[in-house]
Amino acid sequence: MQRIGVFVCHCGTNIAATVDVAKVAEMALNEQGVVHAEDYQYMCSEAGQAKIQAAIKEKNLTGIVVCSCSPRMHETTFREAAERAGLNPYMVEIANIREHCSWIHKDVEEATKKAVILMRAAVAKVNLNAPLKPGESRVTKRALVIGGGIAGIQTALDIADAGYKVDIVEKTPSIGGRMSQLDKTFPTLDCSACILTPKMVEVNKHENVTIYTYSEVEKVSGFVGDFTVDIRKKARSVDMDKCTGCGVCQEKCPSKKTLSEFNRGLNTRSAIYTPFAQAIPNVPVIDRDSCMKFQTGKCGVCSKVCQAGAIDYEQQDEIITEKYGAIVVATGFDMIKLDNYDEYAYSQSPDVITSLELERVMNAAGPTKGHLERLSDGKAPKEMVFIQCVGSRCSDDRGKSYCSKICCMYTAKHAMLIRDKYPDVNVTVFYIDVRTPGKNFDEFYRRAVEDYGVNYIKGQVGKVIPQPDGKLLVRGVDLIDNKQILKEADMVVLAAAIEPNPDVRKIATMLTASIDTNNFLTEAHAKLRPVESPTAGIFLSGVCQGPKDIPETVSQAGAAAVKAIGLLAKDKLMTNPCTAHSDELMCNGCSQCANVCPYGAISYEVKEINDHGVRETRRVAVVNNALCQGCGACTVTCPSGAMDLQGFSNRQILAEVDAICR
Amino acid sequence: MQELIARAKELLADGTVARVLGWKAGDLPYNPEPAYFEKEEDFKDFVYNSFCGANLSKFMIEASKLEGKTLVCLKPCDTYSFNQLLSEHRVDRDKAYIVGVGCKGKLDIEKIKKQGIKGIKSISGAEISDEADTLTIDTIYGEKTCAFSDAMLERCHVCKGKEHKIYDEIIGESKETKDAERFAEVERIEAMSPEEKFAFFRKELSKCIRCNACRNVCPACSCRKCVFDSTKFDSSQKANVDSFEEKMFHIIRAFHVAGRCTDCGECSRVCPQGIPLHLFNRKFIKEIDELYGEYQAGETVVEKGPLTSYTFDDVEPGIVAERG
Repeated sequence: MQRIGVFVCHCGTNIAATVDVAKVAEMALNEQGVVHAEDYQYMCSEAGQAKIQAAIKEKNLTGIVVCSCSPRMHETTFREAAERAGLNPYMVEIANIREHCSWIHKDVEEATKKAVILMRAAVAKVNLNAPLKPGESRVTKRALVIGGGIAGIQTALDIADAGYKVDIVEKTPSIGGRMSQLDKTFPTLDCSACILTPKMVEVNKHENVTIYTYSEVEKVSGFVGDFTVDIRKKARSVDMDKCTGCGVCQEKCPSKKTLSEFNRGLNTRSAIYTPFAQAIPNVPVIDRDSCMKFQTGKCGVCSKVCQAGAIDYEQQDEIITEKYGAIVVATGFDMIKLDNYDEYAYSQSPDVITSLELERVMNAAGPTKGHLERLSDGKAPKEMVFIQCVGSRCSDDRGKSYCSKICCMYTAKHAMLIRDKYPDVNVTVFYIDVRTPGKNFDEFYRRAVEDYGVNYIKGQVGKVIPQPDGKLLVRGVDLIDNKQILKEADMVVLAAAIEPNPDVRKIATMLTASIDTNNFLTEAHAKLRPVESPTAGIFLSGVCQGPKDIPETVSQAGAAAVKAIGLLAKDKLMTNPCTAHSDELMCNGCSQCANVCPYGAISYEVKEINDHGVRETRRVAVVNNALCQGCGACTVTCPSGAMDLQGFSNRQILAEVDAICR
Repeated sequence: MQELIARAKELLADGTVARVLGWKAGDLPYNPEPAYFEKEEDFKDFVYNSFCGANLSKFMIEASKLEGKTLVCLKPCDTYSFNQLLSEHRVDRDKAYIVGVGCKGKLDIEKIKKQGIKGIKSISGAEISDEADTLTIDTIYGEKTCAFSDAMLERCHVCKGKEHKIYDEIIGESKETKDAERFAEVERIEAMSPEEKFAFFRKELSKCIRCNACRNVCPACSCRKCVFDSTKFDSSQKANVDSFEEKMFHIIRAFHVAGRCTDCGECSRVCPQGIPLHLFNRKFIKEIDELYGEYQAGETVVEKGPLTSYTFDDVEPGIVAERG
């Protein structure tokens, strides 16, 4: 028989304003096993914890229920308090009467009723709790960074500098990511490549960093401290050790009709290619879908011209299996597809481009060698119109609900650069709001308006109509002057919303890391744990977690690295004792539990079983407690109920349900 | 049947098998029952006719623990159950010698009785060798006739095919007897309003006497210890709080066999109250087909069924929830 204490927290007025806390404590005394109940203003405070500890000692409590906030907040606090008073920490249960009750209800009577029910369920569970003891698991002192953009590079560098091995897996043939596609960066206007390439070189040369480009994560198993990852190194068709990066193959390649991914499809590249001049590694890949040798069997020019003999048409994909203690996701973003925004004529006119395409147009290594010109006829534009929030801040499901955050600033940058280099070009920006929080951001924007004479119009554009003479008729509205605007433009630039890289869903599934409805990876806590995924050992770096600019990305990349380092620095981790175990007398050996186990923690043994005097050789499930993460998938799959979860047993859960339904 | 008996005796005699699992005549002309045959003289009671509906796959769980091989007679649809049990490591392939027996549809005595044919003394036309499509029934009220297909079990009207999915040898011809849509009845219930559905199931399930025949015959319900008998769950030997608890038995059972049920129809065949229990399972099968692609449990030996494997292409839980 348990001796249970119930402690009801007011949380200031957070709970007490909506829930009659004294009543909850009073009702607790009617519950089975409850010998002590009290309420207090802040249970999590030193004084509150002292009350719990005093009651445990004075009344010889064997279990406690704290009716308070979410266990995500203070379960550890109360478990530790109980442990200091000599109670097993797993004899503590939290009834969440804040997030699950007071915060979401208004009526005091109803909320109190619900709080009592939640308390009852927790008491019913504690009645069946048993002391548990955590085990230990090892930490592999190596980190994996998925994505080789500025976020991944910075995270990898910081982890490597701390003395740990890091592997970067990058899907494309080179590291560098989106930042390598940018021309200049706000608000200082440094050349993007000039500040990025030293980092790329540094990470490439770092003795603790291994870079796998043209590679993808294929399979992830294991858990915090001990992940096993399969990396598919796609066949480059070029021997990385032999290639000298001379570039002759690319020059001589006769197949030059493939749209360049790096230049956003604005020009073409050869079938054997390095995406850009500063690519790391400076080793080309053969795009087998475009290569005549692979498609028709007739060509082989690159192989003939390669002095180093590096071309290898027979190369196969390679699977590299490696163990990691921590995984950082830095998969970045892409622009949204503009199919839903055809009123802006993106698909109808080559002179309507996205901002990222403009970056390539403005860049000396871009399709126009840095000259601002119309992509239709190569003429210099006189009138340019920028349209903001294309697909961002959208109230329906056509676009994204969120603000893409970087567009206001890069548009100010584009406008300023154009006005600076081509003073005869008029630049008009249609905007909803101009958002410039950030160091030196507003000053930057004001310079665009005040010093460079960029024409900002508050209002949206309804339609862009390509004219027979090649001009673009922009039909918009000026909300301040309250008038319709018809404007002829030579080029229109769309600030398209950014969205997480589409691959992130697959990666999140492999990592069992949660993602939100916009495919951004979810943080463990929006304010207090912003670079950690709720899945232990998974950290978030860069735009995969939410829109951000380069300085923010770099800061977050460093923060993610610190969290990873904090984990790698440990020799052992305490494991969750709430793991599954199988009752071998009931086990059918049917393998269903092993089939659903995401951690590969269940195996089978054929052994002699003594089932109440009947000796039989049976195939039974065995759980590896070091691998089990206590997710409970096996317990609900097991048809006979042989599989059960410590701390969340079927009996405990049914007791909770019964208590709620009582 | 004679060919089957001759071959069984031969395999017993040469030591290939230690016993034969088939059917023996019951106390009535239409209720043969599963039986083991170990000696030559046992075979005088051996029968195999169109009343031998029982699926013998489940017996192989226990037979797998015995010394030597067991010859088991499996009809085409029974082989699905055997495969499923193999998938779940419940039977030992090496302990089974599977004779795929011919089948032209099995008979349901209740359907004959429903036609007003009572006081049955004997039935002809039910022998496996009979070609006639009419049964001639000798009753205490005289001779009656009944079309074979009118007396067929429900499951035979949605026959999965005449092919044995696993066997060592085949004796006798099989015939596909499918003449109805498998999911027609499920669709009819799906079209009902929630109130009508509830009323339908309440009416059907209120007949349940909890004899456990459905569970005991079900090849998927083969747990060593059923949760309904286990002291671990407070659910065994417990008086029902209300009539709803009785219904929960069938609903929980349907969940437990979901994704593993081959739709062998034994549950409905053995229900003494005539509850169409297979409809629960068939609803799950229909859902699985629609959400995860067509899947027939037991068609082959598989490691993971659709409900215990996860792929990136799986439907999102939200879509499942919206379907209701």
